[in-house]
This record gives sequence, C-alpha cells and structure tokens, in this order.
Amino acid sequence: MENQTFTISVYSENNVGLLNRISGIFLKRHINILSLNVSESEIENVSRFIIVVNTTEKWVQNIVGQIEKQIEVIKTYYHIDDETIFLENALFKIESSLLFDEREIQNIIKESHSVIVTVARDYFVISISGQRADIEALYKKLKPYGIMQFVRSGRISVSKAKMDISTLLETLK
Amino acid sequence: MKNNKISGAEAIIKCLLEEGVDLIYGYPGGAIMPVYDELYKYKDQLQHVLVRHEQGATHAAQGFARATGKVGVAIATSGPGATNLVTGIADAQIDSTPMVCITGQVGKHLLGSDAFQETDIIGISTPVTKWNYQITEASEIPEIMAKAFYIAKSGRPGPVLIDITKNAQFDELEFSYKKCTSIRSYNPKPTLNLEKVKEAAVLINAAKKPYILFGQGVILSEAEAELKTLVEKSGIPAAWTILGLSALPTAHPLNVGMLGMHGNYGPNVLTNECDVLIALGMRFDDRVTGNLASYAKQAKVIHFEIDAAEIDKNVKTTVAVLADLKESLTALIPLIESKTHESWHNEFKEKYKIELEAVINEELQPKKEGISMGETIEMINKHSKGDAIVVSDVGQHQMFACRYAKFNSTKSNVTSGGLGTMGFALPAAIGAKMGMPNREVVAIIGDGGFQMTIQELGTIFQTKVPVKIVVLNNEFLGMVRQWQQLFFDKRYASTEMTNPNFIAIAEGYYIKAKKVIKREDLDGAVAEMMASKESYFLEVMVEKENNVFPMIPTGASVAEIRLS
Repeated sequence: MENQTFTISVYSENNVGLLNRISGIFLKRHINILSLNVSESEIENVSRFIIVVNTTEKWVQNIVGQIEKQIEVIKTYYHIDDETIFLENALFKIESSLLFDEREIQNIIKESHSVIVTVARDYFVISISGQRADIEALYKKLKPYGIMQFVRSGRISVSKAKMDISTLLETLK
Repeated sequence: MKNNKISGAEAIIKCLLEEGVDLIYGYPGGAIMPVYDELYKYKDQLQHVLVRHEQGATHAAQGFARATGKVGVAIATSGPGATNLVTGIADAQIDSTPMVCITGQVGKHLLGSDAFQETDIIGISTPVTKWNYQITEASEIPEIMAKAFYIAKSGRPGPVLIDITKNAQFDELEFSYKKCTSIRSYNPKPTLNLEKVKEAAVLINAAKKPYILFGQGVILSEAEAELKTLVEKSGIPAAWTILGLSALPTAHPLNVGMLGMHGNYGPNVLTNECDVLIALGMRFDDRVTGNLASYAKQAKVIHFEIDAAEIDKNVKTTVAVLADLKESLTALIPLIESKTHESWHNEFKEKYKIELEAVINEELQPKKEGISMGETIEMINKHSKGDAIVVSDVGQHQMFACRYAKFNSTKSNVTSGGLGTMGFALPAAIGAKMGMPNREVVAIIGDGGFQMTIQELGTIFQTKVPVKIVVLNNEFLGMVRQWQQLFFDKRYASTEMTNPNFIAIAEGYYIKAKKVIKREDLDGAVAEMMASKESYFLEVMVEKENNVFPMIPTGASVAEIRLS
C-alpha cells in the first residue's frame, strides 16, 4: 500500500487533555503529523481537529479507529485531497522600503492574490490563503528581496461530502 | 445554619460507596491524606488494603476485577505514588480490565510549579488509560467519579485514572450522586446489526470445517452460557486465547485447547486448514496469530467484536458483527443448524495425539530426574479438582499453567496477557482471593517474577488473606533463557538467578512455607498446601533448563509450530 496524504477530521468535546490523547495515537505508531489545526466547529461547544498525515490507507484507518474510540471524540472522518476543499494561510513580513524601491514586489503581490494586511513605517505584512503550492510559489518569489518573517498555518479543510455531525448529535442526546 | 456540605475527600468515599465498592487497594501519602482521613472514618463500610508498593495496588485491583467482573479500585498519592501505578494501568488497558485509579495531586495553585511530589500523571497515563481526568474543584467530584465507573466498566472495559488536587479534597461541596448511564460522545454498546448475524449464520451453516476462536470478550460480556450452547449446537471445535481460558470448561469435549505461540498443536495448525474462522471477543494478538501474512488465508473470517477499532485491524474479516457478544450470540444461536462435524473433529484428535507423544507425556510424566512445571500444575489440578482460580505471572510457568491447568468454571484464569507484566501474580492473587473468598486461589509464579513484587508477602501477612503461592524455581529467567538457547546460541546473558532463601523470606512474613526438591514429595506438599486454611508458600525446585513446547518462533506461521 502506498503512502498518500490524508486529512483526518475529528469532532470532539472541548476538553483539556484531548489533544495530548489524540497526538499520542500518532506518536505510538511513529507517524509524523504534517499539520494540525484545532478550532471550533459548526456546532456549539464541539471542537474540530484537522490533522494532515502522509501514510498508508491501512494506517489511517487504524488511526481513525483509535481516535474515534477515545471517550470524548464524537466522530472521526478521513479524506484524500480530492475529497476536500482545503487551504493554508501564510504571513510574510517584509521591509517597507522594498515596497517602494522594488516595483516588482507590487506585481508579485497582485499576481499571487495575496493581500497587504498592514503597512508600518519599517515593515509591511502580506497575507495569502491557498494551497501549499501557491504559498511556496510566493515564498520563492519574495525570498530574493529578503523576508523578515514567514509563517504558515496548518491546513484547514471542509469535505465535499456531507459530514452529518449535527444529526448524529441529535440521536445521541 | 444548616450545612449539608461535605469535603471533597468525603465525597470521594461516598462516590465509591454509591458504586458498590467495599474494598480498595492503596498506599497513603501527602497529597491523598484527606481521603485517607475519611477512609479512617468510613472503615466499617469501605475496607482499605495497604499494599507494600503502589504497583501491587493496581495488580490486586486487577485480580479482584478479573475474578469478580466488578471494577477494581486502587488509590495512591501524587508523584511516585502515581507513577508506580502506571505498569498496572498499562496492563489493565491492554487486557481490558475495569479499574478506577485515584491519585492525589498537589493543590491547584501549585500545579506546574514543580512542587514536592508533583508529577503530570494525566500526561503520563494518557496513552495507557481508557479515560483520565484531573479534578481541581470539589464540586466536580460526583459527576466525574460516576463517569469514571461507567467508562471503566462499559463497552470494552479498561482503566480510568482520576487525579484529584489537594484543594479539591479539602474544599466542600453539596453532595448528590447520580450514576452515569450515557455520555454523548461515547457509544459503548454498538447496535447489533441482525443482517450481519444472518450473514454469519449462512457462512457457518455452509462451512465444512468451521472453527471457533474465543477470547476474553466471552467473559467480559458474560456470554459463557451462550458460547457453550453455540459450540454444542453447531458442533464446532473451539479454541481459546489465554485470556479466554476458563470461559468454557477445559474438559468440554468441544474445547480443543490453546491458541498461539505456546498453544496446542492442533488448534494452531488447523487454523490454516479451517474454511470458516469464527472469532469471538478476541483481537488477533500477534502472540495468537504468528505471521499474519500466512494466517488463515484460506478461511472466511467472521469477527464478533465490541470494539470497532479491532475489526480488520490485524485480520481482514468477511463478516464483522459489531456488538456486545452476549447479544450477538443470542441472536446467532437460533440461526445455526445442529451438526457434529465429526471428521473435522477427528483432525483435532489426531493432532492432539501427535502433541501428546511429542510433548505432553514427557511434560506430565517426565523421565528426567528433575520435577517439571507441567507435572506440578497437574498435581495442583489433582488437588484443586479444577475448581481453583489460578493466577499466573509471566514466563514459562505461565505458559505451563495455561496449557495444563484445568478449569470447571469461568473467571478462573487470571494472568497478565497483553502486557506480559512480571510481578503481576502475587498481588493479583490477593485481589482475586479477596474478591472471591469462597474460592481457592493459587498463584503460580516463577522465581524471577516473584522477586518483582515479593514485598506483597507483607500485605498477605497483614491481611491474613489465605492465598496459596507456588513458586516454580528453575533458578533462571526461564523464558528468556529458552529464547537464548534456541535463537542466541545459548548465550545466557543475565538470565541465571542466584536466589535467596525463599522459605526463610516467607517464614519471615510468618507464612507457612515448604520447599519440594524431589518428585516423591510433591503430592504431599501440594495436598498440604491446598488443605491449609491459611496462606501457604510452596517452592518447587524444577528442572533448570526445560523448554515450553510447542512453539511458534517469531515471524513463523501458525502452521510452522515446532514440537521440539
């Protein structure tokens, strides 16, 4: 079985310690988490983890089984990239003078569909949302001019197919 | 002014009483002292057994749980008290044993300050607990304790750890208790899909060589009667994992024996010849399956299992019935045709004959001068008549105990299966005997494992719990030595034991003790031990370099099991 990128979505109660419990499942199997994002979900008081891993489908099934087994986990799904809409966010902090001295930078910003979030006397910040390749392309273009700081978020994603958590929770009540 | 409030510490005791607990195992210390103070007040209703090391508390709670089916409870202080519980918790997790552990913790205001005896027991115990929780407010106690017991016992059981900060023990709360009956994110009892049961029945009825493998799930769901009815009606031979042992009487004609690495010859070899494999409440552990790539590839596999994560984990199923076993077997039995499968049975009988001649006869009636472990177990059988609870430790003696001990009734084989925890048996025997005081409890332990929790002789002495302790002494860490002999050219690295005078040690704890060196003394000594009303220590000097066979070497298939 070949390695693939999988997005694991975990709906859970919002409790202290659950992140540790879930990350331990990966640790025990020596599987590296490529990206992790935890936020509120569409349901009040229900958290949503988005975990990206590169592994085999057999392992991802095993992991999903183990995650779902945790008491405070409501439901877990996994998807391949084609089954989800996903993106990452990135911020670039760049010296302000470059914005005026290097005309090309303005074009790069325009072409990449990124936005200038803020401009200060010494620096300005560009934000971009997109797929990893878009962010990497922008990074490559800006690198020669000097990047003061760069940060990229974990993947967030929604599935194309329905994930019926609300209905499930109704039946659990 | 009327005050209905009680302290958190008292609330913990009240929660235990509400859950029907009347016996707990533990060890006091700074961060749990308020609870111990309440234990003193409630000593008429709740017995606390002072062990000699916190690991002993967990194993005793496990022994209690395995022998009774109830939740075992262990209690300890923060820091080292808590970390000493971890081995027993890990053991309970992998062997699905219901247990609640309570640990004291430094006060909430000290959390994260590296205070005296502060340790992150929640972080440490997370991977080895079914659930854990840190209580930092007294008002949380009733609800969390109720959840702890519900989670530990329901579904696939397991250990729960509740860490309680010292302020939460001192602070007061309005106490009212309501048992937990559901948690929205937790579904311990999957709904039985009758279609799957029908599919299973069709496969079973059509099978020419059907074969049942049963595990501890039978015992945990109390489906022993259903298992017996199923095998008798279907005529299907049934073999067991070591945690399933005793769910079907050893002498039952359809009980064909033990699976796995040191299991019986036929049950292993014929796994690769059956046409339908029916797995009941077992998880296809690697010690059972050998090499998965050549495990039962010819067979259609039906897996009856309560834990969804176990289905297709190791062995791909044709039909999976996800439900509580008692419920699914009750639905299955009426759909099963009555058969005898005589010629298929004869294959097991023929294989048994081969094993008898190659292995069993020599083990039970050795020609060698030294006493064998097998004949000692057989001697215990003779005097227990199969009615004792046998608690075994880990190693060669464990495999001999599982292979040769006879059982008439369920919940009678208590051993550390998945984790293989040496030192398990002595404290587990204490728990088993206290849980089932009317049954004979015999601990069978090697000279290595015995010394891992030997201090629990102190608990036995203090509580006067009449357990029978048999140490099979070969002056080796026998199982490792066997592997060194077979796979490491007899390089006996650190497996030879220079042992103390065990008799003197037992007698130091005022426990009656006897040592047997010669075969002719064995019968009388075992008889004396079994007749004793008090605890009794029997040391049997056994042949030093005997091996356990049959054996499936690591990486080999069940069909490649070796008889020598």
